[in-house]
Amino acid sequence: MTKRKNLSWGRFNDVEVKIQSLNWRNQNLPISEEKQLPYGNGRSYGDSCLNDQGSMIDGKKLNRFISFDRQNGLLKVEAGVMLSDILALTVPNGWFLPATPGTKFVTVGGAIANDVHGKNHHVTGTFGCNITQFELLRSDGQRLLCSPTENKDYFSASIGGLGLTGMITWAELKLKRIQSPYIDCESIKYNSLNEFMSLSEESAAQYEYTVAWVDCLATGDQLGKGHFIRGNHTGSIITGKQPSLSQSNLSVPFSFPNGVLNGLTVNMFNTLYFNRQFARTKEFVSHYDPFFYPLDSILDWNRIYGSKGFFQYQCVVPKNDQAMREIMHSIADAKMGSFLTVLKEFGDVESPGMLSFPRKGMTFALDFPNQGPRTLALLERLDDIVKEAKGAVYPAKDARMSAESFQQYYPNWKAFSEYIDPHFSSSFWRRVTAPI
Amino acid sequence: MKNVLIIGATSAIAHATARLYAQHGAQLYLIGRNKEKLDINASDLQVLGASSVFVDVVDLDDVSAHQGLIDRCINQLNSIDIALIAHGTLADQAEIQTSYEKTLEALTTNGLSYLSLLTRLANYFEPQRKGTIAVISSVAGDRGRQSNYIYGTAKAAVSTFTQGLRNRLAKSGVNVLTIKPGFVDTPMTADFDKSALWASPEKVGAEIFEAIKRGKDIIYTPFFWRYIMIVIKSIPEILFKKLNL
Repeated sequence: MTKRKNLSWGRFNDVEVKIQSLNWRNQNLPISEEKQLPYGNGRSYGDSCLNDQGSMIDGKKLNRFISFDRQNGLLKVEAGVMLSDILALTVPNGWFLPATPGTKFVTVGGAIANDVHGKNHHVTGTFGCNITQFELLRSDGQRLLCSPTENKDYFSASIGGLGLTGMITWAELKLKRIQSPYIDCESIKYNSLNEFMSLSEESAAQYEYTVAWVDCLATGDQLGKGHFIRGNHTGSIITGKQPSLSQSNLSVPFSFPNGVLNGLTVNMFNTLYFNRQFARTKEFVSHYDPFFYPLDSILDWNRIYGSKGFFQYQCVVPKNDQAMREIMHSIADAKMGSFLTVLKEFGDVESPGMLSFPRKGMTFALDFPNQGPRTLALLERLDDIVKEAKGAVYPAKDARMSAESFQQYYPNWKAFSEYIDPHFSSSFWRRVTAPI
Repeated sequence: MKNVLIIGATSAIAHATARLYAQHGAQLYLIGRNKEKLDINASDLQVLGASSVFVDVVDLDDVSAHQGLIDRCINQLNSIDIALIAHGTLADQAEIQTSYEKTLEALTTNGLSYLSLLTRLANYFEPQRKGTIAVISSVAGDRGRQSNYIYGTAKAAVSTFTQGLRNRLAKSGVNVLTIKPGFVDTPMTADFDKSALWASPEKVGAEIFEAIKRGKDIIYTPFFWRYIMIVIKSIPEILFKKLNL
């Protein structure tokens, strides 16, 4: 057991763990007295990827491709392959990820275990909706081939199953055909929540990708104002001048002092960001990389929050503006603006995952620097609103929700726990299933 | 399109290097002990773009099998442009240092089998008058240390042998590259605590690929090991013998 810091992206969960690894997919899991948890690239924000006082099985050496059907877009990979590796291989062949989160530095195993989603949820659903099959390696050495037709129950328990049902060794996914690596985008400045609602509705049918950035400090009539961004893969290969792809790969080389991100700087940033675009509507062509992964070009951007780390909070609530307004009011009232607030409407493509977070409704993603009890109190308040609205909070981004909240958000957690590998556990799972 | 022979193809460094050749459309011939692992790596290289991949299961400790594997490779690929020798084990020094039998085993795997392969490959490359033989040695061969001197002895032999061979084959236009990795985070070193000195196999593989392309003679990888080893080699023996290295 060694003490380890910063194994998860929010940078404040310190753990004492044993690190093991699985380097070949044909081998059995390493033997451990302590309970185990598979670990990918550590991009979950809280403790869902951690196993304090236990073993974490590093799966990143399982990074090999298995097969690629270039005609039909079926790709079979080991579970430690990162989405960035997939894009590098498939984009030049005219194939794209069917769904992608806001970072390409996650493993396929992690993407399944958290059933991640992206800006096209209203079209293709979650990552798990596009998985055709995978192998689940259990601690007793059993290998289960899981698909919508075979071992169906383990298939749906493992999608969004937080790594608890066993270790995914490989998976097959169905890619999406593209004509070029570019996205035709439109950014629209809007001034109220109602305007957001109508933009979202009007765009759903014609745009594959939709998302909004919200100025969370705006109040009154302007509550919810922001930029609505929508886009589609460019239909034809661009000739002539190509849009530039900035390959800066800046890195944040050290942790910022705590408190650099405070009410004042967040306010300034939000004002600047809102006004960066003068015209109401701006059309542009973007390479897929800055469009989907704007923060990936600043490696270790999480260090700007200082050594105390930060909280992400992502919830989904039904599409009625009352819960959304209450959430935004609470944030504005607490004067704890979130640096980046993202708002998106989920569609009705249902995920096979038993514990999947995405469901029809409106989802908010917020980040807050860790200011101790003040931040926790605000997040508790948000939980009350989400519970009242019968919404849910995203485990991959959580480090603090109560067992009571979790069990209300995911009422089938008990049915799910039947599928947990008896030798697997996680810090998150112990926390949210503690007796209430 | 290059024809590349990879000996010890299931090692993490060798595979990371092989992936770069695959991405450039090379034909690859993989040698290793374990068929299943070779097949796993072969399909990865195939997907990445190798024009063809062959696997051949050989126990490299058996030097009498070496000529056969080289002949089969030439037969399959027609010719070899690049041969990379990368197999090895990192036996636990404390466990083997009191047994000559175990010492000899470690020397065979990490040293003598290299000399056998190099001898036979030189016989092929010399008349061909072109190509590269790239060989994994180690910084451990630069100076004997109590924690790792048996492996170090084998690698010192590999370094000196390749140095001489380079001198001989330079006249025929064949390049011999001696590769001295520092600490690399591979399954072979999974038990060590990792510090900033550790590099990924991908980084080391990329440096090997580049060094072969540029016809380099000796590389330390990552590069800063050259300077670390200059310091380590310059410590007078009278002090060095008292250190815990």
